[in-house]
Amino acid sequence: MDMNAYLSMFIDESQDHLQALNENLLKLEGDPTDLSFVQVIFRSAHTLKGMSATMGFEDMASLTHEMENVLDLVRNSKLSMDAFIFDVLFKGLDALENMVGDITNGGQGKADVSNIVASLKSIVDGSYLSRAETAAASAVAVPPANAAIDEFQLSVLKQSMDSGLKALRIDVSLVESCVLKAARAYMVFNLLEERGEVIKSIPSVTELEQEKFDRSFTVIFVTQQDGEELAEAISNISEVAVAQAELLDAATLEQLARPEPAAQPARSASTAAQSAVVSATESTKANPTARSEGGRQAAPPAASRTIRVDIERLDALMNLFSELLIDRVRLEQLSGEIGRVELTETVEHLSRISADLQNIVLKLRMVPVDSVFNRFPRMIRDIAKSLDKKVELVIAGADTELDRTVIDEIGDPLVHLLRNSLDHGLETTQGRLEAGKPETGTIWLRAYHSGNHVFIEVEEDGRGINTEKVRAKAVENGVLSQEEASKLTPDEINNLIFAPGFSTADQISDLSGRGVGLDVVRTKIFSLGGNVSVESKLGSGSKFSIQLPLTLSIITAMLVRLGSEKYAVPLTSVVETGILKREAILSVHGNRMMSYRNAVIPIVSLSKVLETSDFREEDEEESEYIVIRKGDKWAAVIVDDFIGQSEIVLKSMGAYLGSTPAVSGATILGDGQVALIIDPNALFK
Amino acid sequence: MGEEIKVIVFALGEEEYGIEVEKVKTVERMMPITRVPKTMPFVKGVVNLRGVVVPLIDLRGRFGLPEVEATEATRIIIVNSGELEVGFIVDQASDVTDINSDDIELPPEVVGGIQAKYLRGVAKTDGGRLLVMLNLSEVLNKAELVQLEQMEA
Repeated sequence: MDMNAYLSMFIDESQDHLQALNENLLKLEGDPTDLSFVQVIFRSAHTLKGMSATMGFEDMASLTHEMENVLDLVRNSKLSMDAFIFDVLFKGLDALENMVGDITNGGQGKADVSNIVASLKSIVDGSYLSRAETAAASAVAVPPANAAIDEFQLSVLKQSMDSGLKALRIDVSLVESCVLKAARAYMVFNLLEERGEVIKSIPSVTELEQEKFDRSFTVIFVTQQDGEELAEAISNISEVAVAQAELLDAATLEQLARPEPAAQPARSASTAAQSAVVSATESTKANPTARSEGGRQAAPPAASRTIRVDIERLDALMNLFSELLIDRVRLEQLSGEIGRVELTETVEHLSRISADLQNIVLKLRMVPVDSVFNRFPRMIRDIAKSLDKKVELVIAGADTELDRTVIDEIGDPLVHLLRNSLDHGLETTQGRLEAGKPETGTIWLRAYHSGNHVFIEVEEDGRGINTEKVRAKAVENGVLSQEEASKLTPDEINNLIFAPGFSTADQISDLSGRGVGLDVVRTKIFSLGGNVSVESKLGSGSKFSIQLPLTLSIITAMLVRLGSEKYAVPLTSVVETGILKREAILSVHGNRMMSYRNAVIPIVSLSKVLETSDFREEDEEESEYIVIRKGDKWAAVIVDDFIGQSEIVLKSMGAYLGSTPAVSGATILGDGQVALIIDPNALFK
Repeated sequence: MGEEIKVIVFALGEEEYGIEVEKVKTVERMMPITRVPKTMPFVKGVVNLRGVVVPLIDLRGRFGLPEVEATEATRIIIVNSGELEVGFIVDQASDVTDINSDDIELPPEVVGGIQAKYLRGVAKTDGGRLLVMLNLSEVLNKAELVQLEQMEA
C-alpha cells in the first residue's frame, strides 16, 4: 500500500490529536480528580498509537504505547496523577510533536525517547515514588551517584580526552549553615569556568540558580589542571565544606553514559523529587474515591460536517471574486449611464447576489482565533514553571473569527505580548504577597468583535507601568524632548513603550525588558492594518489591546477626487464629512485649524501631502473635508470633491515601489483606473 | 558556438536596445497612468494591467536622458525580473530579432549617455544593426535607488 497518499492526512490528524492531548492534559492538571478528561486523553493517545503503528513510525508508536499504559492505570483509578507524571507526559507530548514535525518535513519521525519511555515505565511499575524518596534522601547525605551523561556530552568528553585534557568528576558539598547556596554554587562555577569547561552539572545549572538543591552538587568537568589542585581551590571558597575531584577514564564514562535502565528514571526523579513527593501526597488526598466512568464524562464535541480544503484554492476563489467585484462596479456605472430599467434591475440583482457571495467567500476564509490561542495555555504553563511564578491564563472569546491571513500573522506578536506580561508584567510570587495580591497572577486573553474590527486584549494584574520612568527614559533616549514629554497624558506616555527607542538593552530596573521588541509587535500589527495600545495602572496591572481589521482583502472606502486624480480613504477611519467655508478656517500658531464639535482640530491638506498638480484648495471658497480619527487624535482632511462610497479590493503596488508615504496600497475602480488608497494614520503628525 | 537569443528591440531616441524575450511579459500601448506621490522622479506611476497593479518606469528618466511627451509610438514593455514586475516606458518597440550570444561584446564606457553597468553588452544583428543589451537586474537595482534618495535628501 502506498502510504504517501495517507501521509498528509496522518499529519493533520496527529496534530489535531496532539493539540487535544495538550489541552486536556492541561485541564486535567487544573483538576487532577476529574477522570472524564483522562478518558478523552486516553482515546486520543490510543488513536495516535494506532495511526502511527499503521504508518510504520515505530518510535512514535512505542512512545504512545507507554503513555497509554500510564493513562490506563490513571483511568482505572489505579494511579493518581502527580506533578512528576504530568511532567513526564508533557515531555512525551513534546517528543511526539517533534516527531510529527520531523515527519512533516519528510523525515522518518525517529527520535531517542528512551529517557521518557523509562520514566513512563517507572510510573507504571510504581517504582518512581520510592526511588524519588530514596534519591531525595540520599541527595541530602551524599552527592548523587548517578552522574549520567547523554551521548552528546559523552562525545565531547571523549574528544577532550583524546586531545590530552582531563575529565574530572567534582563533588562539592556546602556547609550546613550556608544561606546563599545559589551564590556559592555560582562562585564554584565561576572558578571552574576560569580553568576549564563544565560539561554537565547535577542538578542542572538552572536548578542550582534557583536553589533547588540540597547542599551538594556534582560537576563533570574538562580541564588541563590537576584534580587535587582544583579541589583545594574550590574548598577555599567560603562555606564550601568538601570538594572532591575524581579523575574519569574512558571506561567510567561509558558506564555513565549507559546506566542500567532503572537508574535513569531514578536520576530524573531525584531532581523532581522534592516537588513530586509533596504534590503526590496532596493529590492522593484530594482524590479519595475515583468517580465512576459515567459520572461526569466530558460531552463529546458536536460532530460538525467539514471538509479540508487546500488554502490555495480558497485564495484563488478570493482572487477571482475580487475580479468579479471590479466588473460589478463597472456594470453599475454603465447601467446608470444607459438608464434602461431592465438593465438596471438585472444589475441590481447581480449586485445583491454578489454581496451575498462576498459574505460567503469572506466567511470561508475566517478562522476562529482559537487556532492561535490553543497553544498558549501550554506555553504559559512552561514559561511560568521556568520563571517559578504562579499564573492562571483566562481565555475568552476564542471562537471569534478572523481572516486567515491575519490569523497567520498574529501568532508571533501575541506570543511576545504574553511572554512580556508573564515575564515583566507579573510580579514574583513573593512580590505579589508583599503587594497584598493573591499568590496566583492572572493573565486574561480576550478576543471580541466590534464593528468592522476584532479586538484582542492581553491583560495582567501585575505591577503596571511606571509612567514617570517611561517619561524619563523617553527623554533620555531622545524619543521626545523634555518639553514634549511634559505635555503628554499618562496614557500617551505609556504608549511610548512601543517606540523603537525603547528596544535598547539598557533598561530601567523594574521596567526591565518591557520595551524589548514591542516596537516589532507594533510594526507587525500596523502592517496588518491594525493598531496596538496599552493602558496601565501602576501597581494593578496593564492591558495591551490589539485592534485588527476583519479582513485584509476587501474594504469599504470613501472615494474622493483631487483635481483629476481619485483616491480611496478607508471608511473605518472616516468619522464625518462636511463643507468648510474659507472664513471658518482658524489660524493657530501658523497652523490651520477648524472648530469641530466644541474642539479645535488641525486641517490637513491632502493635495499638499500628495503633491497634486491640478488642484489648489486655496482657490476655493468652500472646501469639502473628511474628519478622520486615530485613537483620540482628530483631523480634518481637505479634498476637492466626494465621489461616494464603494467596496474596493486591496491590491499591492508591487515589490518595486515598496512602501510609499501616506499610501497603503492601490485598488482598481469601475472605470479600470487605478486609485491609490490613502493611509489615514500617516496624515497625523 | 554561442546560443541563439530572441530579443525584443526597442528605441530610446536614436539608439536601439534589446531585452531577452523570456524577461518580457507583454508589450502594451500607452494607457492611463495613476501618479504615485513621493517616489523617484522616473517612476511615472501605476497602471492596471488586467487586474494587476504594475508600476511604470520611464527608461529615459532612469538613464538620465531627457524625457519626452508620449506619442502614438510610445510603448510599455512589462518585464519580469525575480519577484519584480515593472513596466518600462520606451519611445517605440519595433521588432523581435535573433542574436547570437557570441556576438554580444562588452559595452564601451558610455553608450548614448547610459552608464556601462546598466548594459550587458552590444550585439550585432544579422541585418548589421547594433543593439544595446540591457542588464535588467542592474536597471531594477533598488540598493542604488536608496543611495540616490539619500543623496537627494
